[in-house]
Amino acid sequence: MQFEYKIKGGDFSEAGTISSKLKKILKQLNIDNKIIKKVVIALYEAEVNVIAHAYNGKVNIDIDTEKIEINIKDKGPGIENIAKAMEKGFSTATSKVREMGFGAGMGLPNIKKNSDKLDIKSKVSEGTNLKIITFLNK
Amino acid sequence: MKVKDIAEKLKLNIFSGEDSLNTEVNGAYTSDLLSDVMGNAKADSLWITMQTHINIVAVASLKDLAAIIIVKGNKPDEDTLLQSKKEGISILGTDEQAFEISGKIYNLLKEK
Repeated sequence: MQFEYKIKGGDFSEAGTISSKLKKILKQLNIDNKIIKKVVIALYEAEVNVIAHAYNGKVNIDIDTEKIEINIKDKGPGIENIAKAMEKGFSTATSKVREMGFGAGMGLPNIKKNSDKLDIKSKVSEGTNLKIITFLNK
Repeated sequence: MKVKDIAEKLKLNIFSGEDSLNTEVNGAYTSDLLSDVMGNAKADSLWITMQTHINIVAVASLKDLAAIIIVKGNKPDEDTLLQSKKEGISILGTDEQAFEISGKIYNLLKEK
């Protein structure tokens, strides 16, 4: 089962719409609630990251009997130092974004904590690719 | 204890979501950082915050929170209200600050 969605950079009013759609799909598929919760947190944070930092992005979701694989590909500034970006509390978000309660440096750590496999590839001035895998039978 | 019981006892304003006031409350979480709430709040909790923008509705909905309580007399933005009605999330409000209202809710939930 495959789905594709688009994200527009800067449009915070849309943050969470893809997570919400995926939550509904996973509920219909009778996926374990604990797994749904993890996937929703990870995807929400990824959506917010694209909106806060990139120009636009694409989300591809692939669900099979073993796993949920989410690929988030954005065109944007990229991440200079991925290890640093993974640190709790590190953020390059603008003050406007921080005032909204985002950009606390918790996004990527939240994604890591709520995924079984996380792969980040990024090129400065080009964009970032995130692959989030969650296994269904553990 | 239901959202409406807490709203009555603490004289909270009801901004939206009158239909979902019968939701059972199983705790509360006080935070203004959305990622913190996403990562740590438990389902069926009240969320006490000073944030008023539309994204609080998505977070509350994704986390299956019982209701949002906005502190210090702040009001939800217009689009926040509209979205909360769409998603069936109750938004309540109080003039008190987060510490005071959190303490009162803590005591109420401990009583039951």
